[in-house]
Amino acid sequence: MRRIVIAIGSTLTGLVLLFSWPTSLNRAVATAAAEPAGSATTSDTATGSTSEPSADASASADPAPSTEPTTAAPAAAAGTYVGDSVQTRFGPVQVQITVTDGAVTASKAIDYPTSNPKDERINSYAIPVLNSEAVQAQSASIQMVSGATYTSGAYITSLQSALDQAGL
Amino acid sequence: MSTVPAELVADGQVWVEQIMGMPISVHVRGPQARSDEVAVAVDAVMADLRRVEATFSTYRSDSEISRLQRGELTLEGASPQVRQVEMLCHAALERTDGWFDAWNAVPGAPGVFDPTGLVKTFAVTWAARHLDAFAPTLGYAFGAGGDIQLRPAPDGEPWMIGIEDPRDQSRALAQVPVSDGAVATSGTASRGAHILDPHTGEAASGLLAATVIGPSLLWADVLATTAVARGASAAGWVGTLHGTSGMLVTTSGEVHRWTNAL
Repeated sequence: MRRIVIAIGSTLTGLVLLFSWPTSLNRAVATAAAEPAGSATTSDTATGSTSEPSADASASADPAPSTEPTTAAPAAAAGTYVGDSVQTRFGPVQVQITVTDGAVTASKAIDYPTSNPKDERINSYAIPVLNSEAVQAQSASIQMVSGATYTSGAYITSLQSALDQAGL
Repeated sequence: MSTVPAELVADGQVWVEQIMGMPISVHVRGPQARSDEVAVAVDAVMADLRRVEATFSTYRSDSEISRLQRGELTLEGASPQVRQVEMLCHAALERTDGWFDAWNAVPGAPGVFDPTGLVKTFAVTWAARHLDAFAPTLGYAFGAGGDIQLRPAPDGEPWMIGIEDPRDQSRALAQVPVSDGAVATSGTASRGAHILDPHTGEAASGLLAATVIGPSLLWADVLATTAVARGASAAGWVGTLHGTSGMLVTTSGEVHRWTNAL
């Protein structure tokens, strides 16, 4: 019986892996990214085991529920932080982040493998950072909009509809 | 509704269809964007989504999920895809400490299995394989009702994604460049309160919307839905989501943004 349970567990893990990381090139970064989410149940304060561009930035991982609605304010000093170089199956990757007013305002891979033409993809090791520029409908600068599930009816008047019609 | 190619640009193309009661947008970029091969692949993508809809729709009395809910079908007798989604729902329940609960998703009907919250992104992930076959020379932004999967275009430019203002659909509150990954937003904005707090059975409150940016669309969406279910306590919790960034909008209109290193 125990063996059956283990077998089911392994299958489940396999499925989760399969659907967590749809592209093979994305896999290494995704593994690192997804693991903490899964392990958050047991270890809320665990920082990523792979790269830690900034301990201060990771400090925003404050597990204590907070009702503070504004930007989390880890006491990170403003400046640029360069993380440790991390060895991946594609080669070394090193990430740099910029902290302004206690928040990460930029994140980019400053060193990544260049031996393979597909390697720009590794730059996805950098976590995309949201800016806060409000954008009006028909803006040429964005291509797609993420929003709470809108129905077909609501779509007509949405910004996404405008972007689709503009053809990019 | 048939596939409608929108206006063309030099090396990009856009398709829009209504499937599963929501707009599906596929934007592609790359030298093959206007080729017949890509058009055929997009047709196959849309056909896959319709197949998933037929299997999982709770609005169709003859779908497998409806028959499961009525007790006319057992999991053992269900198709492999239904069993696969059921297993992913179990994984999601575990990974979110019980906050993403497909067995407490129907108001007033605890225990009824309703995987709707996971089906959309499951469908996109599965259907996208037709587009992934063109990598690395074709990039795409595949949006389904506000959740988006992205793959890099050969020109090296990231996709620029706007995050909708939950109080004004014609406006984006923020922008984020993403080359390869996913952006998922859950909330109470468009359909009224449709995410339950599984611990109380009541509609979640506290957040208007939660956006998660990460490597996997399915998990970004699960985490965004979890944030909405958690409500006000999500602001602290998102700090534990390593390798993600995102944004919360509270019911009072305050915006909380985060970026967590790997």
